[in-house]
Amino acid sequence: MDFKSSETVPGPRAEDHLPHTATAAVKIVIVGGFGVGKTTMVGSVSEIRPLTTEETMTQAGIGVDDNYGSDTKTATTVAMDFGRISITEQLVLYLFGTPGQERFWFLWNGLFEGALGAVVLVDTRRLEVSFDVIGRLEERGVPFVVAVNDFPDGPHYPMEDLRAALDLSEEIPMVKCDARRRASSRDVLMTLMRFLHSIAMAQASA
Amino acid sequence: MSPPQRRRRSPKAARQEKPAPPPAGEESGPGRSRELERLYVVTGQASGGDRAELDLVTLIVTCADAPPTAQPEQLALLRLCRAPMSVAEVSAYLNLPFSVVTVLLTELLTAELVQARVPIVRSELPDRSLLEAVMHGLQKL
Repeated sequence: MDFKSSETVPGPRAEDHLPHTATAAVKIVIVGGFGVGKTTMVGSVSEIRPLTTEETMTQAGIGVDDNYGSDTKTATTVAMDFGRISITEQLVLYLFGTPGQERFWFLWNGLFEGALGAVVLVDTRRLEVSFDVIGRLEERGVPFVVAVNDFPDGPHYPMEDLRAALDLSEEIPMVKCDARRRASSRDVLMTLMRFLHSIAMAQASA
Repeated sequence: MSPPQRRRRSPKAARQEKPAPPPAGEESGPGRSRELERLYVVTGQASGGDRAELDLVTLIVTCADAPPTAQPEQLALLRLCRAPMSVAEVSAYLNLPFSVVTVLLTELLTAELVQARVPIVRSELPDRSLLEAVMHGLQKL
């Protein structure tokens, strides 16, 4: 643990402080395979330079991965990049991106259960890396939308082919995006919020 | 060329507090289904003590001056939280894992040196006015 003394801990810049009126926060989780642009998306819409938080977990018994198939206690660090958007003087939205091995994200208690919803960022060059995470969101009943990060060198499938390949039900919104662009990333978040709103409306009238 | 094909999963009936290991056979390979536990680094508090319920986005605000007995980590935390700050941000700035920060915060909450502002979680939805506020805020970006 390389803890620094209180004198040297770099805090936020003055302009990065939340106002004292901030009383409530919500979070959205951005998931997807390695290198698909999650941190890029967080950074493109965040009002602060993206930060990283981490959690260390141990697993007793045989190694976590077959690659390390020895009888050891394995420590796994799950790191998450996150950013922040002040919604009102009272309300703050946090966006968490989740690098690394996706199966560990789900061991972070409350990360998904407490989130408003999730954005699954997919890369058409490696569609299959998103399969497991989509399945886990479905199992947990976490509402999500799918954003297709548009890499110029990626194969361009029609959206309906992607929906079929991802086996997504009709109501789940899909949207193309460029995670580097703030407006595009914002539109993805808006798509998720509209979806959550439609769910809330349906529940209210049920 | 057609893309690779996924198969849909259905929601699990009973959702549990802690993520349960998936049923045998669902995932292949040894070790995939074993449950992980948090690694708690020993701080001022004995391990196993009650920890405050803190989320990554619980906002923490310092509400009292640091006592002379405060440790460097506590002093740093109290200084950071002069303006409201999420637990995730505290963890990032102090370069400490989330669970270590929750232990530090539990001590400070018990000593009433900080206050915690509880986040809004999805189970409290549907709160359409909250969703509408977020949408309105995003539109201004």
